[in-house]
Amino acid sequence: MARMKFLCDADRCIECNACVTACKNENEVPWGINRRRVVTLNDGKPGERSISMACMHCTDAPCAAVCPVNCFYTTADAVVLHSKDLCIGCGYCFYACPFGAPQYPRVGNFGSRGKMDKCTYCAGGPEPDGSRAQFEKYGANRLAEGKLPLCAEMCSTKSLLAGDGEVIAQIYKERVSRRGYGSGAWGWQTAYGATIAT
Amino acid sequence: MLVKKSDRQARRGSLASLVADTKALDRRAFLRRSGIGAGSLAVLGTMPLGTVRKAEAAAAGPLTAGAIIRKGVCTHCSVGCTVTAEVANDVWVGQEPSWDSPINRGSHCAKGAAVRELVSGERRLKYPMKLVNGQWTRINWDQAVNEIGDKLMDARGKSGADSVYWLGSAKMTNEGAYLFRKFGAFWGTNNTDHQARICHSTTVTGVANTWGYGAMTNSYTDIRNAKTQIIMGGNPAEAHPVSLQHLLEGAEMQKANVIVIDPRLTRTAAHATEYVRLRPGTDIPVLYGMMWHIIKNGWEDKEFIKQRVYGYEDARKEMEKWTPEEVERVSGVPGEQLKRVAEMFAKNKPSTLIWCMGQTQHTVGTANVRASCMLLLLTGNVGAPGTGANIFRGHDNVQGATDVGLDIVTLPFYYGLVEGAWKHWSRVWEVDYDYLVSRFDEKKLMETPGIPLTRWFDAVLLPKDQIAQKDNVKAMFIQGHASNSITRIPESLKGLKALELLVVADPHPTTWASLAVQAGRKDNMYLLPVATQFECRGSRVASNRALQWAEQIVKPIFESKDDLEVIYLMAKKLGFSDQMFKNIKVENNLPVAEDVLREMNRGSFSTGYCGQSPERLKSHMAHQADFDMLTQRATTGPNKGDYYGLPWPCWGTPEVKHPGTPLLYNTNLSVMEGGGCFRARFGVEREEKQPDGTSIKVSLLADGSYSKDSEIKDGYPEFTLGVLKKLGWDKDLTEAEMAVINKVNPTTPDAVSWSTDLSGGVQRVAMMHGCVPYGNAKARMNAFGLPDPIPVHREPIYTPRVELVSKYPTLPDAKQFRLPNIGFSVQKAAIDKGIARQFPLILSSGRLVEYEGGGEETRSNKWLAELQQTMFIEINPADAAERGIKDGALVWVTGAENDSKAKVAALVTERVGKGVAWMPFHFGGWFAGQDLRGNYPAGLDPIVLGESANSITTYGYDPATGMQEPKATLCQITAA
Repeated sequence: MARMKFLCDADRCIECNACVTACKNENEVPWGINRRRVVTLNDGKPGERSISMACMHCTDAPCAAVCPVNCFYTTADAVVLHSKDLCIGCGYCFYACPFGAPQYPRVGNFGSRGKMDKCTYCAGGPEPDGSRAQFEKYGANRLAEGKLPLCAEMCSTKSLLAGDGEVIAQIYKERVSRRGYGSGAWGWQTAYGATIAT
Repeated sequence: MLVKKSDRQARRGSLASLVADTKALDRRAFLRRSGIGAGSLAVLGTMPLGTVRKAEAAAAGPLTAGAIIRKGVCTHCSVGCTVTAEVANDVWVGQEPSWDSPINRGSHCAKGAAVRELVSGERRLKYPMKLVNGQWTRINWDQAVNEIGDKLMDARGKSGADSVYWLGSAKMTNEGAYLFRKFGAFWGTNNTDHQARICHSTTVTGVANTWGYGAMTNSYTDIRNAKTQIIMGGNPAEAHPVSLQHLLEGAEMQKANVIVIDPRLTRTAAHATEYVRLRPGTDIPVLYGMMWHIIKNGWEDKEFIKQRVYGYEDARKEMEKWTPEEVERVSGVPGEQLKRVAEMFAKNKPSTLIWCMGQTQHTVGTANVRASCMLLLLTGNVGAPGTGANIFRGHDNVQGATDVGLDIVTLPFYYGLVEGAWKHWSRVWEVDYDYLVSRFDEKKLMETPGIPLTRWFDAVLLPKDQIAQKDNVKAMFIQGHASNSITRIPESLKGLKALELLVVADPHPTTWASLAVQAGRKDNMYLLPVATQFECRGSRVASNRALQWAEQIVKPIFESKDDLEVIYLMAKKLGFSDQMFKNIKVENNLPVAEDVLREMNRGSFSTGYCGQSPERLKSHMAHQADFDMLTQRATTGPNKGDYYGLPWPCWGTPEVKHPGTPLLYNTNLSVMEGGGCFRARFGVEREEKQPDGTSIKVSLLADGSYSKDSEIKDGYPEFTLGVLKKLGWDKDLTEAEMAVINKVNPTTPDAVSWSTDLSGGVQRVAMMHGCVPYGNAKARMNAFGLPDPIPVHREPIYTPRVELVSKYPTLPDAKQFRLPNIGFSVQKAAIDKGIARQFPLILSSGRLVEYEGGGEETRSNKWLAELQQTMFIEINPADAAERGIKDGALVWVTGAENDSKAKVAALVTERVGKGVAWMPFHFGGWFAGQDLRGNYPAGLDPIVLGESANSITTYGYDPATGMQEPKATLCQITAA
């Protein structure tokens, strides 16, 4: 069984934000919720690098570990999903997540945040695949259609890779050996417990 | 103010429910059964699996099952990304990657990945509107067309045909842009222009005057072959993001040098191997500085220069003036760095030079571009894979709109405005030449270039005796052009008030509306809703000269109309539709796009747009997967041997089956395989004065260089029937072709040329013998005829380096394009008044990835607007510290003219050097610190508004094209 991962090749990312709008487009994500975003380090300075970030679908996901209502589950493809029916919007997962992935539709008085929303790896949620309910709560389910997350599929420079961890790691290794440098698979140590040896 | 977290709509609800009950293929079972595992699906970085994946998607497809796939082309930049739309019940429900496109291979940027929003746009102009006593009022199309038509006729009667300014668009299809230009001809004016004026007009003029055609010589994908890439005056990471796929992957493959020369350390520079910072407006010194090192070290390509370059000795004198010390004094670039870059460019070949607005948008724009061409010629880097002037055009169809002559200086396809050109088009259009003459105020004006769009308000406001036409401009009809992308906004406000009629035909109200109301306009203004190109069909030309046919994805929304229909309705109202649409079928007021293209094919031999029939273009789009990405050539299928999109020139009639020309001037291929040579456009010889007072005739034709398989093994002039006769090749013409030639010019058929022969016979026969129809000449380092035949550095009108002006002054005042250009007086006055002391910072401007052009469309797109909500100015930390400005704080930016001011946020960053500030130019809807949201028709205001950079920009126009100067002026910044 495939182990789905994301990998952003920072030497290719140009902060064009295609991944961000592709996600909005595919999942009809409302204003104010960002399942994916691009982070730029050393902005405007020599050595500037950008990385596209979303839920990394961690091995032993910290969000799941802290969730008081157990709304998270990991699919057979190792995608971390959650049930909005169970979520109480407590916000614990936001504090647990090393990548800032969980998003909430409201910032209200008394801490009511609404149901948590995050990247689903374009794999929907617990409802039946392709159902209206699934789309309304979680957005597209491309994986069920044999497609990968649209953010990676539309990446302008093929910087953001999605797919089986071993395959994307292999692509990345080939790139690094070809060009002779690479700034590493950012976030892999944290998310998956091991980085890519190049 | 901002849209907040709107309710989620289930766009696929109906589709999904249709299939909810059917047994959708379980994804895990599917992945197992496919035998490749999800892992293989992941290989996005490589080509072959894209097609594998597609096959499975069709098998799985529970959501796409009910939807139709339609293919369009992105409406933003010039890369030409295919857009794949899923459409159900005429609603665009989903966007999929376009894996088969040999250009974008599935990719998009932020704008391309968000285009679906454009056709559901809540903030689109929904029906025609009219300003009645300062209030926006709904009217219907009939009333709008009638009232506008009557007022136009009124202006024509009182002030002549030239008193109406027709401002078209690079956002139209080729068919739309062509009809808009043709419309101008039938109305009787050359005052028809579009965005190329403020984009690459200087490129087109500079490059065409060097080697024949004003376009990118190679292509985005060909840059993969380069071993050295110089990007000078361009930030493609933001302006053409998908091109970076080819630049970066190519650089990785070739271990190429990637050198960015720019005043800003751009997002492109972040990925360069070398970054060179120069002072804005000093491109010529830097380019000559490189050439100095090249000639001093003997790195030039002597054989190439001998065979294919004219005027090298003259140019060399100018190169020799630019010693490393002088270059550093003027531009700030250290000599050692420039030597390193020059050596890489000259020795690590093939090398390409990429440029954009950073070179073009200057008073010396044409000269900048010419200097760039000289660097390429000096090192023999033109006409082969991996080389070339890779000019990244701006809009999705700005190359096409330029080619079809939506311009003030030429009829379609660069025929010019001379009598012969008008006669050529009157033959193609099958109208009397005398009828066309009768439409103009006078024959002289028919043959005189019109007024550049950069000066429209000067044409409204200057005293009548300073304008070389019957009267001032009294009415403007704007179809698809922003107002805030034009410099000197405070002056334009006066023009907006003074106009007798203002019509804006656009998907959005645009800043024309908000600024006109701000200027105090109360009536005689109309807004007409025009569809986006996703709601129309037709061809558009990417920067690499490839034509792509886009399908209509959905019907025009609300009461919007196709550009072609608007043009037809206006022509009908104004009484010349029968003549204008003589050979074009019109269905329910909508001209048939295919017919328009066929008419273009019949008249466009000069540029080789003659072979791209609608059938061929549609077949390319339908069989994209057959084309190889690197060569752009079809290796299989019905289009085997063609280059993708039949990049022009695609010679002869469609039946000749010319494959298109992927690289211009490539002598390594025979002409029928897409080869070529430099164009014989400037005569065959030139009389040159010698130091002793005598003069000699020097050949302008190529010397011992020719394209592969040419039967003439040397330079040759352009082909005419007379030339064919001399060669004895006229016998190869068919009787039918001879009949057409005799009809074109019954008195002297020998003069009928490759560009005026409507049968295509002259071209066919020339190519039969391996020759290029336009001749085989040298490229010109000395472009005699231009204001500076050999580029000369000239300081910007507003320069902080006043001590350099006496040595490098701008050109003297002159009359150009019917108007005075008083740049010299303005420069002198600025120095006399000490403007540089009052406004010590250089102000430059440019693009952001999220927005396009004037930005009203993209700032109305909720997915894009969310990413850039605040107008800002970049300022160096040292300059900010001197002024007590903190990052993120509001500041006042003040400009050197009209007491201009703008209130924006400060972005304190080392991206800009000390003494330089930079603003994005996409914002609008604020003016001088005031929010103009209330000036838009209710509900049609873009989500994000902000001050326009061009509120601060100043006077300055290129003498050869009328290009504005938004890249180098002066400003002051103070904390607000």
